[in-house]
Amino acid sequence: MKKSVFIGALTVAGLASGMASAGTMADVQAKGFLQCGVSTGLVGFAAPDANGNWAGFDVAVCRAVAAAVLGDPQAVKFTPTTGKTRFTALASGEVDMLARNTTWTFTRDVDLKFEFAGVNYYDGQGFMVPKSLGVASAKDLDGATICIQTGTTTELNLADFFRANNIKYEPVPIETNAEGQQQFLAGACDVYTTDASGLAATRATFENPGDYVVLPEIISKEPLGPLVRHGDQQWGDLVRWTLNALISAEELGITSANIDELSKGTNNPEINRILGTEGDLGGMLGLDKQWARRAISAGGNYAEIFERNIGSATPVGLSRGLNALWSDGGILYSPPFR
Amino acid sequence: MSDVSYVRTKMLDEMAPPVSQVGPIRWARENLFSSVTNSVLTLLAIWFIYSLLAATLPWIVFSSFSANSLGECRTAIRDAYGADATGACWSVIRERYLQLLFGFYPSESYWRPILALVLMLVAIGPILFEGLPRKMLIFSGLYPFVGFFLLWGGTVWLPVTILLGFVIAYFATTMLGKVIGSLGAVIAAILLPVIWWLFLAGPVAYGLHAIVPIGLVPIESARFGGFLLSIVIGVTGIVLSLPIGVLLALGRRSDLFVVRTICIGFIEFIRGVPLITLLFVASTLLNYFLPPGTTFDIVLRVMIMVTLFSSAYMAEVIRGGLAALPRGQYEAANALGMDYWKSMRLIIMPQALKISIPSIVGIFIGLFKDTTLVSIIGLMDPLGLSTAIRANAAWNGIVWELYGFIALMFFIFCFSMSRYSMYLERKLQTGH
Repeated sequence: MKKSVFIGALTVAGLASGMASAGTMADVQAKGFLQCGVSTGLVGFAAPDANGNWAGFDVAVCRAVAAAVLGDPQAVKFTPTTGKTRFTALASGEVDMLARNTTWTFTRDVDLKFEFAGVNYYDGQGFMVPKSLGVASAKDLDGATICIQTGTTTELNLADFFRANNIKYEPVPIETNAEGQQQFLAGACDVYTTDASGLAATRATFENPGDYVVLPEIISKEPLGPLVRHGDQQWGDLVRWTLNALISAEELGITSANIDELSKGTNNPEINRILGTEGDLGGMLGLDKQWARRAISAGGNYAEIFERNIGSATPVGLSRGLNALWSDGGILYSPPFR
Repeated sequence: MSDVSYVRTKMLDEMAPPVSQVGPIRWARENLFSSVTNSVLTLLAIWFIYSLLAATLPWIVFSSFSANSLGECRTAIRDAYGADATGACWSVIRERYLQLLFGFYPSESYWRPILALVLMLVAIGPILFEGLPRKMLIFSGLYPFVGFFLLWGGTVWLPVTILLGFVIAYFATTMLGKVIGSLGAVIAAILLPVIWWLFLAGPVAYGLHAIVPIGLVPIESARFGGFLLSIVIGVTGIVLSLPIGVLLALGRRSDLFVVRTICIGFIEFIRGVPLITLLFVASTLLNYFLPPGTTFDIVLRVMIMVTLFSSAYMAEVIRGGLAALPRGQYEAANALGMDYWKSMRLIIMPQALKISIPSIVGIFIGLFKDTTLVSIIGLMDPLGLSTAIRANAAWNGIVWELYGFIALMFFIFCFSMSRYSMYLERKLQTGH
């Protein structure tokens, strides 16, 4: 009997959560702020400053969505989530969306019942070695000791790569990136492996960055993007098209500097449709015509956000690479606003 | 020849004792070099301390305090102490110490946690030291409500109405006891306040607030962080786990089957699971069971779990104290005609608690340090904040300075607790 009560409670909870997720946009508008799940701290992607204001590449996505829905990029409350708590936080409704360098995989999309709104950063797993090791390719790493974060996809990718190339390695399990840096610098492992963006950020903090090299091989695909709960199409559409608006803005040359100028009307119908001077794309999302204009004004277009947070002028110093527009040799490609 | 005498005619002046028998040299001979083994150990220890200081002191001293990023720090240290110098970058502490202490608490309200801390010291004063006036205990009883109001803010009427629940319970026991008997009074004392808290306290508080709006800016607990969070969780756990632990320990030794079974089940269940599991239950599982939209505060959930966890350990420690008491004490209490509660309160508990003091304080210290586990579920305690600070591009790569500062703060708290427990043991020493 106890069991049936328990199952009953579960069912009720499940039903209720199903009902509540029917209108995330209405919920967000009613409470007046967006609850956004971010990382507990990842260089360039999400970090609080000395005054407690969050900034970063993932944070910018949250701010753009908040600007689109609520008209205020500051109307965001950030919930720091760890790799272990992020999915439950989203599934249980504790956060409205997750922008936390999460890799889009089949199981997360299908089995965990989430909806990836797109890709805001194409990453891949790489290797960093000391120059003194004299290694030029990851295939020369036979018998190397490798520092690897446990419980991540990188651990599995590493095993796959070494098995496919029929070489051996010795893993040194670590828990956090900071621990990995220390172990690597102390010589506890020959190789440090994590996402290439993380390697670049880590290498930039070394006293002598020139003594270390990042190997050319990228052994996995890590498309990182914001995600929402499955089953709330309206909200998913909004996050997806906010991200697309940022990318399209770069493609069409809309920047935070010239957006006011362009909003007066241009000869380009697509710019007009995005900025709301032509058609009513906002109305179809359940918002006003100015939604995309606000989203772009919040932090600029994709390129501006990239350069400000992780671009070559920042300490992280990433080049655009795969994340350049499709027209510039990358694979960033937004469907048309029509 | 006449001036020759066989005995001394003049008294000699007192001579100073030999150098080897006084002062530091004697102390060193007796304590450090009394035997060959001891001498070897002393030399080894000196060598060890020397190498430790030789390795760390230059790092601590050749430091930078004014830079704004790790890169600036390194340049500043090289400029000041030579090209090979590596030193600590204390600038990160200068820039972030307020964040490490208060988390994301709004800076214009820093006076509230500070005042709450000062008042807490006033409130625990009469509990810790017998010399202070007993009247201060009234304030100690009221402090939880004052502290809650100061930290979380909101309307002043909420803590007042919650307090009213206890007043209701008090009157239920004293007044109703004559009317409906003692058992009825106990039931009423539990039932009435619960009804009051569940259904009436909220509306009454907001009604009163509408009439007399006194209050502070509400601050949600998502903004709590750093040592503020550690102390809030730790102190709540410490304060609540002692009484709950006492009740559980008594319950476990009770003759009533149901009470005993429940207590044993609770204690063994909680002791059978790691704290981190309970924290995960608090952060993830509870979310699924609660109806969506109910914002059951995560810090509150964590506080409940931490309290339950330490209560179970507390209960076992106190049960150890109870078991150590000679049977004669129980029989003597019965022989004096005391009822159960009176004998426990006046005879048994004071002695049992005295025996358990070292273990109780051990649990308190352990509990306070365990609060750092909450960083695993994404709360911004000092350790969680150290990750967040490192995630700032300016400070990425800083490790020892942050951990050193956090360790120092924890040491101050834990060391004071341990000194107090030694003071208490000396004061309660009766085995002369």
